[in-house]
Amino acid sequence: MLSHISLLLVVVPLISAPVVAILPRGRLPWAVAFIVAASCAVLAGVQLWAVLHEGTISYELGGWAPPWGIEYRIDAVNAFVALIVATIAAITLPYALLSAEREIPEDKIPLFYSAMLLCLTGLLGITQTGDIFNVFVFLEISSLASYALISLGRQRQAFTAAYQYLIMGTIGATFYLIGVGLIYSQTGTLNMQDLATILPDVLHLNTVETGFAFIIVGIALKLAMFPLHLWLPNAYTYAPSVVTVFLAATATKVAVYVLLRILFTVFPQGFAVTTPADELFIVAGIAGIITASVSAIYQENIKRLLAYSSVAQVGYMVLGIGFASATGLTAALVHLFNHALMKGALFMAVGAIVYRVGACRMEQIHGLGRAMPWTFGAIVIGGLSLIGVPGTAGFISKWYLVVAALEQQAWISVAVILSGSLLAVVYVGKMIEALYFKPVADAGKAVSEAPILLLLPTWALVLANVYFGLDTDLTVGVAEKAAAILVGVQP
Amino acid sequence: MRPNLILQVVAKFVIPLMILFALYVQFHGDFGPGGGFQAGVIFSAAFILYSLVFGLDTAEKIIPAHWLRILAALGVVIYAGVGVASLLLGGNYLDYTLLGSNPIAGQHLGILLVELGVGITVAAAMLIMFFAFAGRGRE
Repeated sequence: MLSHISLLLVVVPLISAPVVAILPRGRLPWAVAFIVAASCAVLAGVQLWAVLHEGTISYELGGWAPPWGIEYRIDAVNAFVALIVATIAAITLPYALLSAEREIPEDKIPLFYSAMLLCLTGLLGITQTGDIFNVFVFLEISSLASYALISLGRQRQAFTAAYQYLIMGTIGATFYLIGVGLIYSQTGTLNMQDLATILPDVLHLNTVETGFAFIIVGIALKLAMFPLHLWLPNAYTYAPSVVTVFLAATATKVAVYVLLRILFTVFPQGFAVTTPADELFIVAGIAGIITASVSAIYQENIKRLLAYSSVAQVGYMVLGIGFASATGLTAALVHLFNHALMKGALFMAVGAIVYRVGACRMEQIHGLGRAMPWTFGAIVIGGLSLIGVPGTAGFISKWYLVVAALEQQAWISVAVILSGSLLAVVYVGKMIEALYFKPVADAGKAVSEAPILLLLPTWALVLANVYFGLDTDLTVGVAEKAAAILVGVQP
Repeated sequence: MRPNLILQVVAKFVIPLMILFALYVQFHGDFGPGGGFQAGVIFSAAFILYSLVFGLDTAEKIIPAHWLRILAALGVVIYAGVGVASLLLGGNYLDYTLLGSNPIAGQHLGILLVELGVGITVAAAMLIMFFAFAGRGRE
């Protein structure tokens, strides 16, 4: 019976998405979407518990046995990522009610929640499935839904941003599909477990290597890995606030998960080391951290600033993957979780400012911190977590990352990780300076604190940042188990 | 729109045949080439031809826009619902075997229903797209 949970996580949002689309306007679509997201979060929690206590779950879709049928195969790695995605969805939706009413045209509200649920379906589907072609299908479901969500932004640039993401995302998905096709031509199977047993025999073939390269580049586009990140800043800046929150906290994380699966489960352990992929990740990670952090400092729009910071944070995860050690992967997975918490909290706080002021350019938010103390507090704590101050979640992930780098005596990486934190001090400081120390702008005179419905989810994530900075049982404990599964050693 | 008698007469003759062919492709999908996607596209092509010849307003009288949205959603619900039905009968998701009195009848019924869902959604989505583009200049 427990195994049905792995399926329900995908089917419940899938079947409710079309139902929400035809509900009447008003708050009913929101209520249904919220109930669905909340139940997904509960299911994902039960699933993680089941996986940790009873071992891997395998579910045969349509009763067709793998490797012929599609199999959902859940171990600690996907259960962990699924829990992140579902929980973030459940926290984002209460926030969505007011934020969406303010930012999205009333007649589009049911379709908006329908697209949110489809996006959730796709993201959860990617984490659940054990079939590399099925990953592509869910990747497209989530991507198409997110293009639509981004284009709902109030400014006209939202269309350009969505279109840009559409082009880049489609190139990424096509590359992934070409890679899957090439590998299928040599192995005759799409099931991840089956591939893991067949691939070692055909690794020397050029076709397989080419397929590997296509898949990695395709996912790197989706992941916004430097230098393929150009779609991300625009998409995050012009999307409606709540969409930015949801995508920033989940979409790139799921792409990181796919990368991990391909590198460590589908292809045999040492394969990436024999290709340039290994150094590529470290170089791309380092370049991403430095360039994106410096770019963030020069941004005049706080949503854009945080978007560039997201690219830098993806750099940390890619760096952790590049180390290809158990500690490195633990760091990547812990950062995946913690970054979802900190960026979720920060984008929610920025969304609260947008709700009150209608803008988020630096000169328009001067002095607002004093009028909106709770929102400002969330930005300060979220920012500290982003920097990696001890006592916040960010510290934990940076710590593990530095340990992983020291293990391999990668001194340059250590220096980059630490200087990345210093650059974060500068851009977080810039936000705090504008919000608190600058004199209040004319437009900001009459601003009051954000409504409680926006503050509660924001502070839930802020407190989670502090909690997971002190108690690391869930994050590090599960991430270590997951990393052990990936590198194939027992902890 | 200037009415063109020859086009209108030919279209009236062709459209029923197109719809018939769409239904053939739809319901023959489980024996031979065909299925919901192709059938949905052919079905919507018949309506698109109708609106090209007789005008958008006439076409929208036959299928109002809000119906299309309901139909598009309905198809997905049928597809996912078949899966849920097999789940409730005690099998795995989309395990059609349990839907009929014997496994073959079950598989037959299952794929027919799923393809019906696909057909409805594809036809409705094609028409939504067509009306969205064709109706752009009118507002």
